[in-house]
Amino acid sequence: MLFEHAKIMKALAAVGEIVGRKKLQKMIYIAKKMKFPFYEKFDFHFYGPYSEELTLRIEELCNVGFLQEMKEKKGGYYQYRYALTEAGEQFLTHYHLDMPDLDVCLRSLNEQSARFLELVSTILYFEDLSKDEVKEKVFTLKSKQRYTEEEVEEAYRYIEQLREQAYIKS
Amino acid sequence: MYLNEKLSEEKVFKDPVHRYVHVRDKVIWDLIGTKEFQRLRRIKQLGTTYLTFHGAEHSRFNHSLGVYEIVRRIVDDVFAGRPDWDENERLLCLCAALLHDLGHGPFSHSFEKVFRLDHEQFTRAIILGDTEVNAVLRRVSLNFPKKVAEVIAKTYENKLVVSLISSQIDADRMDYLLRDAYYTGVSYGHFDMERILRVMRPREEQVVIKRSGMHAVEDYIMSRYQMYWQVYFHPVTRSAEVILTKILHRAKHLYLAGYTFQTPPVHFQSLFHGNVQLEDYLKLDEAVTLYYFQQWQDERDSILSDLCRRFMNRNLFKYVEFQPTNEEMKKLVELTTLFKKAGIDPDYYLVVDSSSDLPYDFYRPGEEEERLPIYLLMPNGELRELSRESTIVDAISGKRRTDHKLYFPQDFLDDLSTKRNVKKKIKQLLYE
Repeated sequence: MLFEHAKIMKALAAVGEIVGRKKLQKMIYIAKKMKFPFYEKFDFHFYGPYSEELTLRIEELCNVGFLQEMKEKKGGYYQYRYALTEAGEQFLTHYHLDMPDLDVCLRSLNEQSARFLELVSTILYFEDLSKDEVKEKVFTLKSKQRYTEEEVEEAYRYIEQLREQAYIKS
Repeated sequence: MYLNEKLSEEKVFKDPVHRYVHVRDKVIWDLIGTKEFQRLRRIKQLGTTYLTFHGAEHSRFNHSLGVYEIVRRIVDDVFAGRPDWDENERLLCLCAALLHDLGHGPFSHSFEKVFRLDHEQFTRAIILGDTEVNAVLRRVSLNFPKKVAEVIAKTYENKLVVSLISSQIDADRMDYLLRDAYYTGVSYGHFDMERILRVMRPREEQVVIKRSGMHAVEDYIMSRYQMYWQVYFHPVTRSAEVILTKILHRAKHLYLAGYTFQTPPVHFQSLFHGNVQLEDYLKLDEAVTLYYFQQWQDERDSILSDLCRRFMNRNLFKYVEFQPTNEEMKKLVELTTLFKKAGIDPDYYLVVDSSSDLPYDFYRPGEEEERLPIYLLMPNGELRELSRESTIVDAISGKRRTDHKLYFPQDFLDDLSTKRNVKKKIKQLLYE
C-alpha cells in the first residue's frame, strides 16, 4: 500500500533535491521509459509528457509532510524545489526498495537541464516514429523552444547512453 | 467530395443537456453508425458512480455526442470567419471530438490500473486499425485517420485544434461536468456554457477567453472543484472502485495459479496474460464484465465470490480517514497482522485509497510550464492567466486538498462468532 508514493520518495532520496516541477515530471517519465517501475500515466501536453497523477502524488506527499516544497521567485515566475524530509525518510523504512540502477539513472538525469530533459522526453514519447518524423514533431510541436539539430542528436546519444546503463545493470 | 458531403436533411438527437445534437455532415453520421462507436453505449461514463448516485447510468456514447455538439457550436457559430481560425480544420475537430473516448473499456479506470492499460492507445488503435471507424475516416483522405488520432493524442501540429478537445477549458470537460451533474442529480456542476462559448476566441496556439467572460469561467472552475469532491471523489464510489479492482486482481491471480473456474474468464484471458489484442478488447464491455461478476458470486473461491457478491449487491467496504503519517503507518502494519490473524486476507480487504488514484484533475495555473493555463484576453490585447485576475480561482488553485481513506469490510469485523478478540482489537485500532 502506498507503494507508488514510496517509489517517488525513493527517487527524491536518490538525488537529494530536484529543482523544478517540470524537471521532476520529465525525470520520472524518462525513468519510466527506461523500464523502471513507475506506473503514473503520462499524456502529451504543451510542454511535453506530463502526469497529473504524479503531480497529485507529489501534493499528497507534501501535504503529509514527507516532501518539502520550497517556492522561490525566479525572474518573472516561481520555481519549486523538492526534497525528502526526515519524516519522509522514516516513512521509506516501511518499504524494501532497493533500486541501485534507478539511482544511477536519476542522478544522471538530475544533472541535465529541464530544457534538455523536455527534449529527451519528447523524443522518447515519439519513439515509435522514424528519426526524421521525430525531428519533424520536435521542430513543429516545440517550435518555441528552438531546439537545434545538434541538440536533437545530443538527446539521441544521451538516450542511447541511458539505455546502455539500464541494460548493462539489469 | 465525402469531406464536404452533407446529409439531405439534418439529423437531430434529443439530448437532455444540450437539448439537441445536430448532424449535417455525412462523415459524422457514418461514424456514429460504426460498431466501435455504438459500443460506447455499453460503457458508463462514470463507472461505479451509479452505486452512489443511482441516476448516473449515462454512457460514453451520450457524452461523446455532447462533446461533438459543443465543438460544432464553437466552430460553426463562434469561430467561423475569425482570424486565426482555419476553416479547413472544421471536420477534423468534429471527428476528434466525437471519437475522443473511443478506446475506453468497461469500468475504464479499474481495468487500466489492474492491467496496466491505456485507453488512449486503444483509441489510436481503433482509429488507425482495421475497423469500421477507420474505413469511414479513410474515405475523407488517406492521412485523415492519422490526423484525427494526433488531435486526440494532443500531438497534432495545430495546437488550437487540440485545445478545443483537450485543455483546461475544453469541450470534453464542459460536457462531462454538465452531463454528470444532470444525471447524478446534484445541484453543483452547473455553469453558463452558452456564455463561455460566446466569449471564446481562437488564437494561434489555444482558445482564450475574453476578459468580460471571466465570471462565467469562474463559475466553471467552481463547478469543476465541487464536482470533484462531491461526485467524482465520493467515498462510496471509491469503495465500489476498490472492490472492483480487487475482483480483477483476484480473478487474475486465480487464473494464473491454474484455478479451475466454474465460469472460466474467457473474455479476460488476454488481459490476464498481458497481451490483449484490439479484437478482444472491443468485445469487452460492461454487460460482459457484469455477467462474469454475476456468475462468480457462486465460485468456490471464497474471496472472489464474496467480492463479487459485494459489488453486485452493493455491500461495499466502509472507510475511515487515513493520513499516512509514520504513526498511522505503524498502525497499518499492525492492522495487516491482525487481519491475517482474524483470517481476513489484507491484500483484498484492507485497502488505502488516495486522491491521486483517481483520474480527475484540478485547475492548474501553469506555473513552471506544467500545463497550459486558461488565458484571459484583456481589452488591450494582452493575455493574462486566469488566477492572476480572479481571486476566486486563485483561492482554489493554491494549496490543494488531498485525501486518503482506509477501506475494510465492516460486516466481517462485526461478526464476532469467530476470532472475537482479534476483531475487537481491529475495530479499536480503526476507530480510536
